[in-house]
Amino acid sequence: MRVITEEDKCCGSGLCVIAAPELFDQRDSDGVVVVLDETPGADRHDAVRKAVAACPAAAIRLARQ
Amino acid sequence: MTTPHRILIIGASLGGLSTAEALRREGYDGTVTLVGAEPHLPYDRPPLSKQVLAGTWDPDRAQLPAAAQLDGLDIELLMKQEAVGLRPAERVVQLRDGERLRYDTLVIATGLRPRWLPGSRQLDGVHVVRTLDDALALRQTLRQGPRLVVVGGGFIGMEVAATARSLGVEVTVVDPHAHPLAGRLGGVVGDAVLGLHRDHGVRFRLGQRVSGLAADGNRSVVGVLLADGSVIDADAVVLGLGSIPTTQWLKGSGVPVGDGVLCDQYCAAAPGIYAVGDIANWLDVHSGRRRRVEHRTNASEQAVAVARNILADHDKQTAYTPTPYLWSDQFDCRIQCYGWADEGQEVHVVEGDPAGRKFIALHRDHGRVMAVVGMNSARGMRSHLGALGSTADPVGPSRAQVVNPASTRGQTAD
Repeated sequence: MRVITEEDKCCGSGLCVIAAPELFDQRDSDGVVVVLDETPGADRHDAVRKAVAACPAAAIRLARQ
Repeated sequence: MTTPHRILIIGASLGGLSTAEALRREGYDGTVTLVGAEPHLPYDRPPLSKQVLAGTWDPDRAQLPAAAQLDGLDIELLMKQEAVGLRPAERVVQLRDGERLRYDTLVIATGLRPRWLPGSRQLDGVHVVRTLDDALALRQTLRQGPRLVVVGGGFIGMEVAATARSLGVEVTVVDPHAHPLAGRLGGVVGDAVLGLHRDHGVRFRLGQRVSGLAADGNRSVVGVLLADGSVIDADAVVLGLGSIPTTQWLKGSGVPVGDGVLCDQYCAAAPGIYAVGDIANWLDVHSGRRRRVEHRTNASEQAVAVARNILADHDKQTAYTPTPYLWSDQFDCRIQCYGWADEGQEVHVVEGDPAGRKFIALHRDHGRVMAVVGMNSARGMRSHLGALGSTADPVGPSRAQVVNPASTRGQTAD
């Protein structure tokens, strides 16, 4: 699984970081999402799904490789 | 309770679609039917007043990701269908075309319809921004470079004003308050937003009520009439006057309706009937108050709560107690709010400076932190979220700039 984010959709809520702090961070300048691990292991897929659901701007998705 | 065989969701925007998606994610394998009035696959509304209106996004980009997965999720979507009646005793919803849909559990997600000025719907050049078609129609109008008047300085009005001005359109905003975004976010953000728009050349008529619209012989709008007798010439008008919950189809059904669909703390309005999103008026057990939230994040979050409560045994349902989040992008500014900002709260600036349009403020009610509000401070907001609900003073009076909201009101600018 690969984590895909769209910067121009991101609203900088930080809710992905709260849902999965080991996978996401925010840029200092504008709070836009930074992916820390684009291909997380299976044990982290639930955390990514939580972040996908939490994102207020539908800016994160999971793709099969 | 026994798991329902057939779940019917009326309303196929974010709240309805997210409920359907959450039901599947929670493992529900019965029938899920979504009924939507619009001719488009479900889309996200926040981009309508920004990227879609500006033309920087094709409308397809606003489509919700789950809309492309309906087949995979085994969700049936009936488009261009509108519910006109509900008979709970028979568990039947009546559609406009005469079809009757049976359900075991019903989810009401019919959202809002925008408020119009009396007689304004019949005039050419008068717009609202609620649907994708609304946004595309306004985009077409803005391309002609009209003199635009925005009636109402709320979030929609100010986002439209910013987008239109960025396209080079001449924009005037009319609002009865002393600054835009009055009410919820208070004068500190309102004044900063006023300065932002003025610096970009947006004109304001504040402290002014609109008494009507002027039209020519072809029923095209030509001006906005103010209560003081003056007229603002206009080739196009956007109404940002708020919205009304779409509850008329529930008339006579026995489902309790007031400001929206009246629900308990589990978002249930009647046995087997739930409401989600903009239309849901639920009992918030944290505050003991009824809440209805018109923001995007609430619709997706409440959808998950409703899906879980539908599938839970009655004694295992969970009260819905969210921390709301909203954001608004205007010009190069991003405004964010976590929590329950409201009029009359004390505003304490804890980082930055409102005059520089980069700050974070805590909103307090009797000392308790109710909301964290920020402008252009996205990354810094998170470190203050822990203060929500607390009464501690994390910064001390020497660093906190206390602003009495009353002192920022009452002036009329023009």
